[in-house]
Amino acid sequence: MRLNEFTAQALRSMVVAGEISCREIIESVLHCIKERDGEIKAYVNVTGEEALKKADELDDKIRRGEEVGPLAGIPIAVKENICTEGIATTCCSKMLANFIPPYDASVIKRVKDAGAIIIGKTNMDEFAMGSSTETSCFFQTHNPLDTQRVPGGSSGGSAAAVAGHESILGLGSDTGGSIRQPSAFCGVVGLKPTYGRISRYGLIPFASSLDHVGTITKDLTDAALLLRIIAGYDEMDSTSVNMEVPDYVKGLKDDLQGLRIGVPKEYFVDGISSDVKEAVFKAIDSFEAMGARCEEVSLPHTEYAVATYYLIASAEASAALARYDGVRFGYCHEDAEDIVSMFSKTRGHGFGSEVKRRIMLGTYALSSENYDTHYLKAQKVRTLIRRDFDRVFENVDCLVSPVTPSVAFKLGEKLNDVLNMYLSDVCTIPLNLAAVPGISIPCALSNGLPVGLQIIGKHFQEEMLLRVAYAFEKNVDFREVNVGEGGRKV
Amino acid sequence: MVKRILSSKRQTMKNTIDINTVKRMAFLSRLEISDSEAKEFSLQLSETLNYVHKLNELDTEDIEPTIHVLPLKNVLREDKVRPSLTQERALMNASCKEDGYFKVPKIVE
Amino acid sequence: MTEYEIVIGLEVHAQVLTDSKVFCGCSTEFGASPNEHTCPICLGLPGTLPVLNKKTVEYTIKTGLAMNCDIAEFSKFDRKNYFYPDLPKAYQISQYDMPLCKNGYIEFWVNGEKKRVGINRIHLEEDAGKLVHAGSIAESQYSFADYNRSGIALMEIVSEPDIHSPEEARLYLNELKKILEYLEVSDCNMEEGSLRCDANISLRPVGTVTFGTKAEVKNLNSFRAVQRALEFEAERQADLLREGGKVIQETRHWDESKGITIPLRSKEEAHDYRYFPESDVPPLVIKDSWVDEIKRGLPELPAVKRARFVNEYGIPEQDVEVLTETKAMADFFEECVKDYNEPKTVSNWLIGEFLRLLNAEGIEIKESKVTSRHLAGMLKLIKDGTISGKIAKTVFEEIFKTGKTAEIVVKEKGLVQITDEDAINDVVDKVISENPGAVEDLKAGKNKAIGFLVGQVMKETRGRANPQLVNEILRKRLL
Repeated sequence: MRLNEFTAQALRSMVVAGEISCREIIESVLHCIKERDGEIKAYVNVTGEEALKKADELDDKIRRGEEVGPLAGIPIAVKENICTEGIATTCCSKMLANFIPPYDASVIKRVKDAGAIIIGKTNMDEFAMGSSTETSCFFQTHNPLDTQRVPGGSSGGSAAAVAGHESILGLGSDTGGSIRQPSAFCGVVGLKPTYGRISRYGLIPFASSLDHVGTITKDLTDAALLLRIIAGYDEMDSTSVNMEVPDYVKGLKDDLQGLRIGVPKEYFVDGISSDVKEAVFKAIDSFEAMGARCEEVSLPHTEYAVATYYLIASAEASAALARYDGVRFGYCHEDAEDIVSMFSKTRGHGFGSEVKRRIMLGTYALSSENYDTHYLKAQKVRTLIRRDFDRVFENVDCLVSPVTPSVAFKLGEKLNDVLNMYLSDVCTIPLNLAAVPGISIPCALSNGLPVGLQIIGKHFQEEMLLRVAYAFEKNVDFREVNVGEGGRKV
Repeated sequence: MVKRILSSKRQTMKNTIDINTVKRMAFLSRLEISDSEAKEFSLQLSETLNYVHKLNELDTEDIEPTIHVLPLKNVLREDKVRPSLTQERALMNASCKEDGYFKVPKIVE
Repeated sequence: MTEYEIVIGLEVHAQVLTDSKVFCGCSTEFGASPNEHTCPICLGLPGTLPVLNKKTVEYTIKTGLAMNCDIAEFSKFDRKNYFYPDLPKAYQISQYDMPLCKNGYIEFWVNGEKKRVGINRIHLEEDAGKLVHAGSIAESQYSFADYNRSGIALMEIVSEPDIHSPEEARLYLNELKKILEYLEVSDCNMEEGSLRCDANISLRPVGTVTFGTKAEVKNLNSFRAVQRALEFEAERQADLLREGGKVIQETRHWDESKGITIPLRSKEEAHDYRYFPESDVPPLVIKDSWVDEIKRGLPELPAVKRARFVNEYGIPEQDVEVLTETKAMADFFEECVKDYNEPKTVSNWLIGEFLRLLNAEGIEIKESKVTSRHLAGMLKLIKDGTISGKIAKTVFEEIFKTGKTAEIVVKEKGLVQITDEDAINDVVDKVISENPGAVEDLKAGKNKAIGFLVGQVMKETRGRANPQLVNEILRKRLL
């Protein structure tokens, strides 16, 4: 096994034991990128030289016997919408193609302090608006498990990088499923914690009240490890919560005895492929075999989540993306006779069509004649959706569901079917609306492609999520669970 | 029930967003779009709006809208000055600048 | 104008006097080089988030309490969306439907009658940057943006349409400014833009209640401009109505040099600000205990102070008006009275000589070198006869100029009053011998001549002789 194929936890102990150097880890990952990224295209920018320099610094420190952080020498792939000081952060939009942030996002500060090394910036849908990483202004990313297929999105670059061993750890963002869905498509672990658990300072917003920073890792232990580093109150983000951060790694227990797991029936409706259903039901059987009690529950307003989400997310996006006017940063269309035309031309040329579509939808939903019937209505339904979760969590410890209606689809397959693309987020969106945490882990293969399992928890109960997911990982090798035709063949 | 269906039908008609509305939204959003884009957006946005109209099935008369998703309140900082960026760094990402200012086309008041 | 009633409402933006901006730590200090007081947050760089400055909330609540408002138990922030190059995020964080303060009032005197103007609301928001138009506006192809102001905390104080004349508008602003200064929540400097005012004005036939169509007048850079612009606008609207025309609802720009209002060219269709809740700033839940704590920190307000000065010190109302114009002046007065307990004398010196010198120099009382000790010390010298009242003016000017104490000034300049009879007799001898005509007149019963002779003695002694003594000696010798 090459070093880039290990987990962070494993590499960490090898580094501590002096068996390997940080430089060796970075070199191994850079080698893989060189070999594979021409095809996968996970990265829009690889910061190899700087990464090697950092690795040497850490190696020197270790040689001198100095203290290094818990992620010393571990490469991390960072989504292109998380600000990195001095490194272009473009949101994969022509609008920000030249933007160099003069500051680090709070999560970047934390991973750097922990010794992690930024290996590069990863591809994404433009401004995180998409589910396939196909709306990036640069290029499409390919699923490392089947390069004819999408890696999912919008954090498709980070998920593909981790799944393809082009990085050890990944950072992504999740506004409606953008970490969990690509993680499911690429067969890795994607965690969207509770809103407020991780600082959003430095995450370029799509929709403030729905945006989350989260982790993409090869396994549960790495998810726990990385979450422990980046979670917690940040004085730069008023919506980050001042609560103690537990030691998530210690909390990983292979014990589900007596745990109550809910299975929300609304997440198994038409449109969810039979393979996915089968995979999730098999997972439920496994949980029961491990001693958990699974029962059907209902989140009755689930069918309204997608509509609610598109109104709220677009409304918030219309404001969050208004600042791109060409004056202070970003693309500027200089050939304009007056300020109004400079703004309109800059924005008209700088944004891609998916972004423009959502900005206009948002403007429409907020305009005085539509506010009550659209934006306000959606915020009321959001209350109903939140209440669904509050109610169901009175009786169960967590929920399990599919992540996506199907496995990874082919490149170009859904690009022009706007509404269908939106609808495919039906299982992930409700969590963003309700601010509850969710994790996607691979639970089966369908014709060789991974199927994701979503575990949903109560506010700030990431520990519970990780524990349930960890028990599954310990007891079930998803590569051996085949569903659909592949399943029948075995 | 009949009333509900009828009103829902009327809503569907009303929600269809025509090219003029698209152009007005584009102007409010400061997005220059071509006529063909306007046409395309009109169709796509109408489809989306017809779909979101689904929310009208729900009676939300007495439901409080979600203003903040977590029960946070009074998150305040002390009135302390922190270092600013240097003028050079403040301007580093601007494409038009002069003498420490950001430069824009003339504003006519 | 007798057939129409004027209806005016004023919106005042006052800069909240804090060290740092409302949502970031940049300094609010005036006069920095362009864009030197900016950071990723107030430049609206993508990914940055606002964190609310506690003092801005407390000062707004304090203002609300001083203006008799209800303080909200729950208040939140909203985004007001519009595109303009001085607005970095293209939305302003403001408060829409849940302002910090509501339903208050201010009282002041208009022509001897007490007037009450309602305060509709006071809310907190962030300021925009400043656009500079280089050279002559007509020539330059560009405007220039400076975001040092961007993110500075503003209170918007919105009056009810209770104001019925341009003069009332000025007096309202005067009182409002006085309250803000007393509270020390804003320095109300119109030149530096820390106090700004927009006015809404409409007319209606006397005796009717329905509001007429209003015009909003902007670019009012002084209280005098407010009054003048409103006078012009009232006349303009009245003329229109008399001719059977209609007032158009629009924003008009006050042209100070021409003394007229002109409609702003508005390319855009009516604004649609698309307000919606600012989810990056958690709401404020304001408990009574917090309000009480702020209330305990309230100073004595101008109206209360005025009444007390009349009662406690027996000072005439007009004088009190001047004395309490600024808190600094009122405080100076009271400090001085502590050292020299003759309130009327102190008051006369303050609103007479001191104010004259301040105005001549164009400075504020706080910037002057004179302290209450200085004045009290000088008044004591007058009282014990060391200097004459007349000389005192010279002494005070010197104190004002140099900041030296009265004793030192008197000593250095040799201004001690001459009370030695022999010394005065010598001068009187000289004056009598040089002015035989006046002496004759006096002896002939022309009493006026005594004044002339005293004056001559004073002149000879450069004002230092004790005038009473001179008078006595002259009378003794010549009558």
